[in-house]
Amino acid sequence: MSVTTAGRLRKNRGAAPLQGLFWRLPWLRSVLLLLPPVAWFVLIYLTSLVLLLITAFWTIDTFTTQIVQVWNLDNFRLILNEPAYRLIIGRTVGLAALVTITDAALAFPFAYFMARVASRRTQTILFAAVLLPLWASYLARVYAWILILNHSGILNWSLQWIGLPPANIGYTYVAMWIVFSYIWLPFMIIPTYAAMERVPETLLEAAADLGAPRWRAVRDVVLPLAIPGVVAGSIFTFSLTLGDYITPILVGGAGSTFIGNVVYQSVGIANNVPFAAALAIVPVAIMAIYLLIARRLGAFEAL
Amino acid sequence: MWVRLGTVAAAVLIAVTGCGSTTSTGGTVGSPPPTANIKPPTAIGPGEGQLNLIAWEGYTDKSWVDQFTATTGCKVRAKYAGSSDEMVSLMKGGGGSQWDMVSASGDADLRLIYGGDVKPMNTALIPDFNNFQTYFKAPAYNTINGIHYGISLQWGPNTLLYSTKKFPNAPTSWNVLYDTANKGLVTVPDNPIQIADAALYLMKTKADLGIKDPYELTQKQFDAAVALLKQQRPLIKKYWATAGDEITLFQNGDVVVGAAWPYQTIQLKAAGAAVADTIPTEGATGWGDTWMLATNATHPNCAYLWTAYVSTPKVQAAQALFFGETPVNTKACAEMEALQAGSCAQYHADAPGSYFNTIKFWKTPIVTCPDGTNTCVPYAQWQTAWTSITA
Repeated sequence: MSVTTAGRLRKNRGAAPLQGLFWRLPWLRSVLLLLPPVAWFVLIYLTSLVLLLITAFWTIDTFTTQIVQVWNLDNFRLILNEPAYRLIIGRTVGLAALVTITDAALAFPFAYFMARVASRRTQTILFAAVLLPLWASYLARVYAWILILNHSGILNWSLQWIGLPPANIGYTYVAMWIVFSYIWLPFMIIPTYAAMERVPETLLEAAADLGAPRWRAVRDVVLPLAIPGVVAGSIFTFSLTLGDYITPILVGGAGSTFIGNVVYQSVGIANNVPFAAALAIVPVAIMAIYLLIARRLGAFEAL
Repeated sequence: MWVRLGTVAAAVLIAVTGCGSTTSTGGTVGSPPPTANIKPPTAIGPGEGQLNLIAWEGYTDKSWVDQFTATTGCKVRAKYAGSSDEMVSLMKGGGGSQWDMVSASGDADLRLIYGGDVKPMNTALIPDFNNFQTYFKAPAYNTINGIHYGISLQWGPNTLLYSTKKFPNAPTSWNVLYDTANKGLVTVPDNPIQIADAALYLMKTKADLGIKDPYELTQKQFDAAVALLKQQRPLIKKYWATAGDEITLFQNGDVVVGAAWPYQTIQLKAAGAAVADTIPTEGATGWGDTWMLATNATHPNCAYLWTAYVSTPKVQAAQALFFGETPVNTKACAEMEALQAGSCAQYHADAPGSYFNTIKFWKTPIVTCPDGTNTCVPYAQWQTAWTSITA
């Protein structure tokens, strides 16, 4: 042991001045180590967010679409006063919540089976099965659902085959709900699974020793301990749905506009960056509130 | 053309604050366009070796661009835009010297002209200009007080597309788009300019509103058109954003009738779908595209060479068939027939002058009404209204 340490010391002698510096100024090492990621974070992330905030308080000339740098609250006033935007925000948040609940309900039994029932081998297979859809492109997976749900799609074809009337759910809220729930399900299963796997077997044994049947142990022991995992997963499903604009374009029908669609159109089409910025602050604010609640529920311990 | 993404949103302020801002709020024609006094060149000099274009996707297809580059030495670099509004924002964003030309549609033109982003062009430098359909030599959307702010390129009507299974006889009126019998079976473009289609319909069906031009609406006329579209909203299966969307909807039987471009009909028929299109008795709206020259263009000679080249019958015909649109050059008819028999009549490239009276071409709605008063509803409000209709 001492020989190796001595050898290492000798080898490092070339770097001694620098090491001495680090020894005298212990904070220097941390600063150098953290400088690139912090610079990245501040420059790219925070700066752009601050610029976004600032732009939201400007407006554009409506005819020439040039930005007018006059401070005002018109954008926010419009968002609050125009019923269409309240409707769009409500729809986006509502569907995001619905998708999150659906995914939680689907993920819980699945993750439980994976973590506590399945054999090691089955577990690996299931894990691969959960992650497999993520290998395919988002667009391809959404388009696949269009083929299933549209009027002459696989769903109606199958219904007809067994003698049932066709279900016209293509281009509706139902279609968006199904597609979103499908797309984000892996993001719910994985944190839930991670939380459940960490529940010590001894706790369940203790529950059994005290005479609790299996379902009771699941309800009173596994469920409370898995909640942070579910909440962590819900951060993904909720925020991903909240920010999406592609699925509404592809599978949504009339009246499927999301916050993201309005932001996209305001920037790319109407050239109204200030309004887009103001509207983009809405999901940021919603997520901030959501994360505060999630933290209280201990979600960040499960990440 | 079909890549034009629909516009939903856009948000606009109810009124622009007066504080220090001298800019107009909706475009008035009280003063001439800022570039009206710029004298266009009288001859085309040698090419600068490069040409930067903003175009509809595929307007700079290799099949005709390569030959242009070979003969003129002008290398074409194009940026494709997805919508008229995006074209306007690109032209503003480039600082003016980044782009030489834009293939703007009528609904963008006035914004570019009155924004000072484009400047007058000399039609005498375009040999084929004399062969243009009379209407397209000086259409209202690109020519103001006899000054040409660009050279017309191609046009097309917005047609009524329908399933021949559902409608064995062609519908004769746009009312099929507003008829509750077709609930959930209708599709229209996701584009604020769609309000003009409603106005066109009201022009004929509610004469007491006194609509003279579907792009120049007083508040009362505008409200009536918006109310009609809000009524139509429950009938809509989907507001289509790209031509491909509408093709899919018709192919799968999700819709049976909708507003479309001839391109969709051609594609659907080619795929064997039972559809046809028609221009109902109320007439139709349409688009006309124009190559416009940026005020600060750095390659003006290449720009003129390009405009002259794309105006020739051969290129006009090739582009028309590539997109399903109609050339403005009457000499292109024979070239179209040579490429695809029957196409000249199919695309109305041989239409008589009177045909153009039935088409109301897209133009930017501005606050100045036909009678000179500033009481018409400007485009910004069209965008806001469209958001509330489709939300």
